[in-house]
Amino acid sequence: MGSVGAKEVPVLLGPDGRRIDGRKVDELRPIAITAGPLHQADGSAFVEWGQNKVMAAVYGPREVHPRHLQENNKAIVQCRYNMAAFSVDERKRPGLDRRSQEISKVIAEAFESVIFVEEYPRTSIDVYIEVLQANAGTRCAGVVAASVALADAGIPMVDLVPAVAVGKVGDAVVLDLKKEEDNFGSADLPMALVPQSGRLVLLQMEGHLSRDELARALDLGVVGCRKIYEVMKQALRDRYRTDGPGPAAEGMAA
Amino acid sequence: MGNGHRPGHPGRGREGAPSPSDEERELVLPGEEIAAAGLKPGPGTYRVQGHTYASVLGFVSKRPPIVRVVALSGRYIPQTNDVVVGTVTDVQGTFWLLDIGAPRWAPLHMTGTPWKIDFGETEQYLKVGDSVVVAVENLDATGRIGVTMNGEGLGKLEGGTIVTVSPARVPRIIGRAGSMISTLTRHTGAKIAVGQNGRIWVDGTEDAIHRVQESLRLIEEEGQRRGLTERVTSYLRSTELPDGERPIQAEGPPAGPGKDDWVARDGEGPSSDGVDDAPRDE
Repeated sequence: MGSVGAKEVPVLLGPDGRRIDGRKVDELRPIAITAGPLHQADGSAFVEWGQNKVMAAVYGPREVHPRHLQENNKAIVQCRYNMAAFSVDERKRPGLDRRSQEISKVIAEAFESVIFVEEYPRTSIDVYIEVLQANAGTRCAGVVAASVALADAGIPMVDLVPAVAVGKVGDAVVLDLKKEEDNFGSADLPMALVPQSGRLVLLQMEGHLSRDELARALDLGVVGCRKIYEVMKQALRDRYRTDGPGPAAEGMAA
Repeated sequence: MGNGHRPGHPGRGREGAPSPSDEERELVLPGEEIAAAGLKPGPGTYRVQGHTYASVLGFVSKRPPIVRVVALSGRYIPQTNDVVVGTVTDVQGTFWLLDIGAPRWAPLHMTGTPWKIDFGETEQYLKVGDSVVVAVENLDATGRIGVTMNGEGLGKLEGGTIVTVSPARVPRIIGRAGSMISTLTRHTGAKIAVGQNGRIWVDGTEDAIHRVQESLRLIEEEGQRRGLTERVTSYLRSTELPDGERPIQAEGPPAGPGKDDWVARDGEGPSSDGVDDAPRDE
């Protein structure tokens, strides 16, 4: 993400154990989630996470196009992860590339494993993830946004799916890499968790980690995911909060 | 759809004491555990190793022996005998496909209409983009939705406009035994047809349509709060024109409550009394 160029390697980890932006090794960047900002989609969410800005929209379950993709006994989950041309320092060539195809695929598969797809046979659940501003960890921000959008769309699923990347800078295993740490660090390990079961539905790795470091990275990531999980739940609560005195006399459920 | 849109919602980050309604009606999110000892998991829930969890965002409803989560958002999930407003999306030799806001398009076969049609003549009766009021006739396990246009209050819609709201808000829009709809028709003279799928057909003068649209928006945004009827009534009063300037009604005498208005059957008994003949303009 972004160009490395001939820049000097920045100091990623200070002698005081602080990172390039002053965070501790187990500290997340600030994250804010808005549920339901888009009107036309069945569900939507906007995530601002450090300097990442990611919008997700969900449509469906709806008719499958093209028809031949339709499955007789379940819904299919389709995902398109896309980075805006203006999302990075140097203009990103717009459209599908190998990286975004891969990310779309792994995210679609992650969600297919948590959505109760058998409830909507012959339909499609379409997830659109648009990265407006990127600063490492956009696939995780995309998963978080899409997951809140799926809940906002009323899609039945096992749980919300928080996600975060863990990596290695210097000798330390650190949580939630930012751009410089991603570019100059020695490992990047994005993961997505199902808190209800403790299952990981997305796990990729770039770079090198020892067995011991991998184990520590996974532990750190799970803790980070659980923090993000709380922010996701609060975003949905805020949107569906019943403000003021409730309509006790006129129940909504028909 | 599914969006009671609340721009700039001020509740963000606020951690006040829960209001009484929060205690009465427990909001749950997918993956949250529900205390449901001795209850069977119903719609909107799932069970793992003896624990019950929500699978959708909504309110918990415990009616022994079943616990369910009533979804607050999402597409329209059809039920047999629901009256819905649909739009034609495709025309075939013997049937039309209707978008009724459900997960799948609903086929309307030509035998399900009051017309005598020969093969291939379907397009002379309904074209892509036309809107109709139909009833859900049958549902099968594959999610196929069969609809019919034979029945009281069903037919093609001519003129007017369609307003879309969240299907979860439809009971509110109808009100108790159709009270909200009678309020709207009484104050505006508009004709209204409410589909259970959250599509609402409105016809009348430009002013009437506008006021009904604004009222529907009010209901959709504030449908969870108390005193909704009063708020809608006061909005309608505040926008009422003086008697002399009252625009002429769409046609005929002003509609009286329960006469020209048409209300979808909401499965709650009394309201279906108000079902009249199909809403027809010219």
